[in-house]
Amino acid sequence: MTLLAVDWLLIIEKLILIAIIVFASLGIALYTTFAERKVAAVLQDRPGPNRAGPFGLLQPFADGLKLIMKEEIIPTSSNKALFVLGPGLAMTAALMTCSVIPWSSHIEIFDRKIDLQIADINIGILYIFGVVSMGVYGMMIGGWASNNKFSLMAALRGASQAISYELAMGLSLIAVLMLSGSLSLKTIVDGQMAAGSYWNIVYQPLGFIIFFVCALAECNRTPFDLPEAENELNFGYHQEYSSMKLGFYLFSEYINMIMSSAVMASLYFGGFDVPFLDESTLAPNIAAIIGVAALLTKIAIFIFVFMWIRWTVPRFRYDQLMNLGWKTMIPLALFNMLVTGALILLKAGV
Amino acid sequence: MSITQFLFYFLTVLALFSAVMVVVSKNPVHSVLWLIAVFFAISGHYILLNAQFLAIVNLIVYAGAIMVLFLFVIMLMNLNASTEPQKNNWLKLAGVIAGGCFLMVLVSLVKQANELNNIAVTMGTGEIGLIKNLGKALFNDFVVPFEISSVLFLSAMVGAVVIGKKA
Repeated sequence: MTLLAVDWLLIIEKLILIAIIVFASLGIALYTTFAERKVAAVLQDRPGPNRAGPFGLLQPFADGLKLIMKEEIIPTSSNKALFVLGPGLAMTAALMTCSVIPWSSHIEIFDRKIDLQIADINIGILYIFGVVSMGVYGMMIGGWASNNKFSLMAALRGASQAISYELAMGLSLIAVLMLSGSLSLKTIVDGQMAAGSYWNIVYQPLGFIIFFVCALAECNRTPFDLPEAENELNFGYHQEYSSMKLGFYLFSEYINMIMSSAVMASLYFGGFDVPFLDESTLAPNIAAIIGVAALLTKIAIFIFVFMWIRWTVPRFRYDQLMNLGWKTMIPLALFNMLVTGALILLKAGV
Repeated sequence: MSITQFLFYFLTVLALFSAVMVVVSKNPVHSVLWLIAVFFAISGHYILLNAQFLAIVNLIVYAGAIMVLFLFVIMLMNLNASTEPQKNNWLKLAGVIAGGCFLMVLVSLVKQANELNNIAVTMGTGEIGLIKNLGKALFNDFVVPFEISSVLFLSAMVGAVVIGKKA
């Protein structure tokens, strides 16, 4: 079935996959907001949301409905086009990451092999990196277009924080690339799944810690949530936003969290690999389902750790944040990179 | 029209339109945003030429880092349409003539270059833009220029730190 030299079945297959993954991410993000409130409640010894539905399970829908129903206010002195563009950009950049993450191996339907990854491009990690660097614009444009000094300050803080921590993140990634010899996330996961090899966390404990801290900073999670430091900046870069546009900003933070958890799981914790299980002995469809479940479990654990940190650690001061980024994280990442390179060369016997 | 051709024309129109908008926009922030759109379109062209690494590095370095710094400066100086200095018409005329001369030089250069004569661009082929081949070329054939440029970057970095310490 080819028309215009295009394999339409492939396009349909990919579109369905994109739809499933995007809606699944949105659904998971919806319940991540619920989990956040429940985790906070448990850590603070209170019941948390428990009115809407059994155990408060309908709470995220109630929140969403509330956000949609609220009056939408666009400040008169704002830059209207950019004011609307900001939240959209934040959401798009957050969702774009999911296209290169290998969610599982392949499934077989009617003799057709379908990879559970939207695009296995040979620059997968760099793509993620590029999308992360785009995420800054949603914040900056929103903050500037609001025409509010607090918003602008918060946006500039957020952007400089993101740029600073991107550097250390990239440097810690290089060590992983040296180990796996590929930029494709699929190849990196396959390398960790292969018999006789361990997850990358075994080889890269320091690299993982650096990456994790940088991921916290990139997602604007406490202790790095300075762009929305209420006590200094009222509410941060989305202060002038209301209704669902505010919802988009808040929601994109949760999607960012899910995506960075997925990336960390793929890079350091074997992706959809189940430890001590040889997937190649199972039927491909069953192996794929087990793989998805394994990856989602790893993501859930990471998200819990994110929340645990948020409700335990107080916020940094801004100069402490910058010092940590430039004077601790980057030198550590450079050190990690050098040691990894030296060990690989030693092992190769040069 | 194949899908590659369609994408080519789409990206070309996008790039040229955004480039014109960069110049025409009264508001500097809009100019910067249009410039980012230009970078995206050019990255799309790189991907059509199978140079994925160049495409994504173009996005990370130019659209992701350098343009953020541009935005920083413009936002902090609070430049907008009303505060932008209006140039007089003679200056604009001089600018048009100078730009036109430069364009003429470029076009004549491209027209005369021997390597470019009678060569049609082939889309989606060619492996040199892939990261593996690019890395091999950089670290085997061009290792000295590559290292020299890295020293240049290092000195620029040291210079920036020194200037930053003074302020």
